[in-house]
Amino acid sequence: MKFSTTALAITLAGLGAGFGFAAQAQTQITGAGSTFAAPIYGKWGEAGAAATGVKLNYQAIGSGAGINQINNRTVDFGASDMPVAADQLAAHKLMQFPTVIGGVDIIVNLPGIKPEELKLTGPILADIYLGKITKWNDPAIEKLNPGLKIPSLAIATVHRADGSGTTFVFTDYLGMQSTEWKSKVGSSTSVAWPNGAGAKGSDGVAATVQHIPGGIGYDESAYATQNHLTTALLQNKAGAFVAPTMAAFTASAANADWSKVQNFAIDLNDQPGAASWPIESATFVLLPTDPKDVAQSAAVKKFFDWGFAHGSDIATSLLYIALPASVHDAIRAAWKAEVPGTM
Amino acid sequence: MTRSGLPGRPRFRAPCSTVLRARRAGRLPRRAARVITLVGTVQNAIAVTPEPGRARRGAGRPWGDAVFAAAARASGGFVLLLLGGIILSLFIGGIAAFRQFGAGFVVSTDWDPVHQKFGALVSIYGTLVTSAIALALAVPLAFGIAFYLTELAPGWLRRPVGTAIELLAAVPSIIYGMWGFFVIVPIMSDTIQPAIINAFDGIPVLADLFAGPPFGTGIFTAALILAVMVIPFVAATMRDVFETVPPVYKESAYGVGCTTWEVMRSIVLPYTRVSVVGGIMLGLGRALGETMAVTFVIGNADRISTTLFGSGNTIASIVALEFPESPQGSLKLASLLALGFILFVISFIVLAISRTLLRPKVAG
Repeated sequence: MKFSTTALAITLAGLGAGFGFAAQAQTQITGAGSTFAAPIYGKWGEAGAAATGVKLNYQAIGSGAGINQINNRTVDFGASDMPVAADQLAAHKLMQFPTVIGGVDIIVNLPGIKPEELKLTGPILADIYLGKITKWNDPAIEKLNPGLKIPSLAIATVHRADGSGTTFVFTDYLGMQSTEWKSKVGSSTSVAWPNGAGAKGSDGVAATVQHIPGGIGYDESAYATQNHLTTALLQNKAGAFVAPTMAAFTASAANADWSKVQNFAIDLNDQPGAASWPIESATFVLLPTDPKDVAQSAAVKKFFDWGFAHGSDIATSLLYIALPASVHDAIRAAWKAEVPGTM
Repeated sequence: MTRSGLPGRPRFRAPCSTVLRARRAGRLPRRAARVITLVGTVQNAIAVTPEPGRARRGAGRPWGDAVFAAAARASGGFVLLLLGGIILSLFIGGIAAFRQFGAGFVVSTDWDPVHQKFGALVSIYGTLVTSAIALALAVPLAFGIAFYLTELAPGWLRRPVGTAIELLAAVPSIIYGMWGFFVIVPIMSDTIQPAIINAFDGIPVLADLFAGPPFGTGIFTAALILAVMVIPFVAATMRDVFETVPPVYKESAYGVGCTTWEVMRSIVLPYTRVSVVGGIMLGLGRALGETMAVTFVIGNADRISTTLFGSGNTIASIVALEFPESPQGSLKLASLLALGFILFVISFIVLAISRTLLRPKVAG
C-alpha cells in the first residue's frame, strides 16, 4: 500500500514535469469549426510546428458548432465558411478574417456528356433548382449547347442534406442570379429546397449524382477534382463560359474588390473578369478581441501568419486558393489593431 | 442465505472418509461403521446450521448492509432521475419553439432555416411512415423465421440460424447505413424502382404511390433498411415466446391430427398473441429512433411527398443533420430540441405499450 502510494506520487510528479516541459517547448492552440478548411489547417499545423512552436488541435465539427464554441470561449479560435454578421461579431467581441479560398463546382451525370462540355448559366441553374426546368433537353439548355446531344432525361437535383458552408455559397450564388430564388428560398447553410434529394456530405452528393442518370449537384472543387467528377461550364458575369479550374478561381479572387468590405466579409460569388469562375468563397477564422489568455491569441496569430507567409504552396497542393498578398497585409494590420497579443 | 454461507457444504468431511478407510482396512465391523457415518452426517448437519444473525453481523461491519442498500436504492433512483432530466432538458431547450409556433409546431410542414419557420409534421410523418412500412415488411418475415426455427427446422440448424439472427441485431447502424447507401440505393435506382414504376403505371392508387424520379433514396428505401434492422429484434422475441408454449398443448393438438400450421395458428399464436405484439412494438421502438442508417438513405428533403419513392426526413435524421449548424439560442436549435422531445414522447408511448403487453406471459 505504502509502496503504491509512493509510486503514484512519483508517476504524477513525472507526468507534471513532462507536461511542464512540453508547455515550454510548444504552445498548444485549439480551434473548431469548418470541415471544409480542416485539411489545410491540419497541414499548416504539421508543416509550421517546427518554425512557430505552435501545435494546433483542430476539431472539424461544422461552422455553426465552431461559432458556438468561440462564442463560449471553449476554443482559441472558431472557423466558419459563412462570414459572421457585423452585429454578431460585436456582440460576441470577435474579429474575423479569411484564410483561404475554395471554389464550388457543378457536377452532372449525363450519359454521353464529358467533363467541361455542358454549358449552363446562373439563371438556368436557379430554374433547375427551383423545379421550373425539369428535363435536360429543355429548349433553354439545348440553345446553350448546340453541338451537344443531350439525352431526354428528367433532372434530378441533389443537395447537401447536412448544414454546410458549401450550401451557403451555392444558394447565395443562385440568389444573385434569380430574384425568385432570393425571395422564395434565400441563402443559408441549409435551406428549404423546392425539390430534389439531399445527401450527407460532399461524398454523399457526389455518389448520389453519380448513380442517378440525369443527376446534378454541387460540391467543393477540391472534392470534384480529386474524384474526377463530370463538371459543367458556367457563364460568368463577363458572359464567358469558364471551367472550374485553379486559374479561374484565382482570377476571381484577384478581381474582387477587397477594400470596400467590412470585417473581410467578402462575397466572392459572381466576380467580374472574363476568366473568373462565378461560385467561390473564402473560409473565415474568428478570434476573440478580449482573449482570456493573451499568449494564446498571440500563438493563433503566429500560426496563421506562418500559413499566410509560407503556406500558399501547401494550399495550392490541396486545391485551395491562397488569398492575394494585399489581403494578407490587411489582415496583419487588423490583427495589430483589434486583437491583443504580440506575435 | 448470505449469513449462513452456502448450504450443503459441510465443514467436517472427515468422518465419512475416515470410516471408509477404516472399513476397507478391515479394522471396523460394518455395523459400527454405519453408526459412525450416521454420527458424522449429524455433525455435518449441525455445522451447516445457520449461526445467529446478530452475532455475525455484530462481528462484521454494522454499516455494511445499510450502505449497500442505500447504494442500490441510489442506483435505481439514478435511472429515474436521468430519464426525468433528459425529458426536462429537452422540453426546456425546445420551449422557445413551442412558444413561438404554439401547437402549430406539430402540424406545420415548414422547415425553412432562412425564414426562421419550423414545423415538425414532415419529420413526424417520415418517422411514422418509414417505421410503419418497415414493420409491414419485417413482421411477416420475422414470423416466418421464428416459425421455422421453433417448429420446422432440424435441431442442428436451430442454433446457427438463431445465432445469426442475434448477430444481425449486433451490427452497428452506421454499417447498415453505408451498406444501404452504397449497395442498396444503386440497385433501387437502377433496377427495382424503374421496374415498379413501370409495372404500376396507369393503376390509379399504386401509380401515385410509386411515382417520381428513381433517386434510389427515399422513404421506401429507408423503410427497407429499417425492416432489415428490425427483423432480428422481432424474430428473436417471437422465437422466445413461441418456445414458452407448454409442449403438452401442442402435443395434444398434434394428437387429434392437427397439421403444423394448424397448431401454429390455433394453439401457439393465440397463446402468445400478446407477447408477439409486444415484440413487434419493441421493433417499432427501434425503427422510430434509428438515426444513422436512415439518414444515409432517406433522401433528406423537408417536405411530404405523396410517393413512397420521394425523399423525406425523420425526426432523428433531421436532428443529426442540422444540429452542427445550429447556433446557440437560435430558434432552429430550439426547434430541433422540441423535435427531440416529440420523438421521446412517441418512443415512450410505444415502449410503454410494449412493456404492458409483454408483462403477463413472458416475464415468468
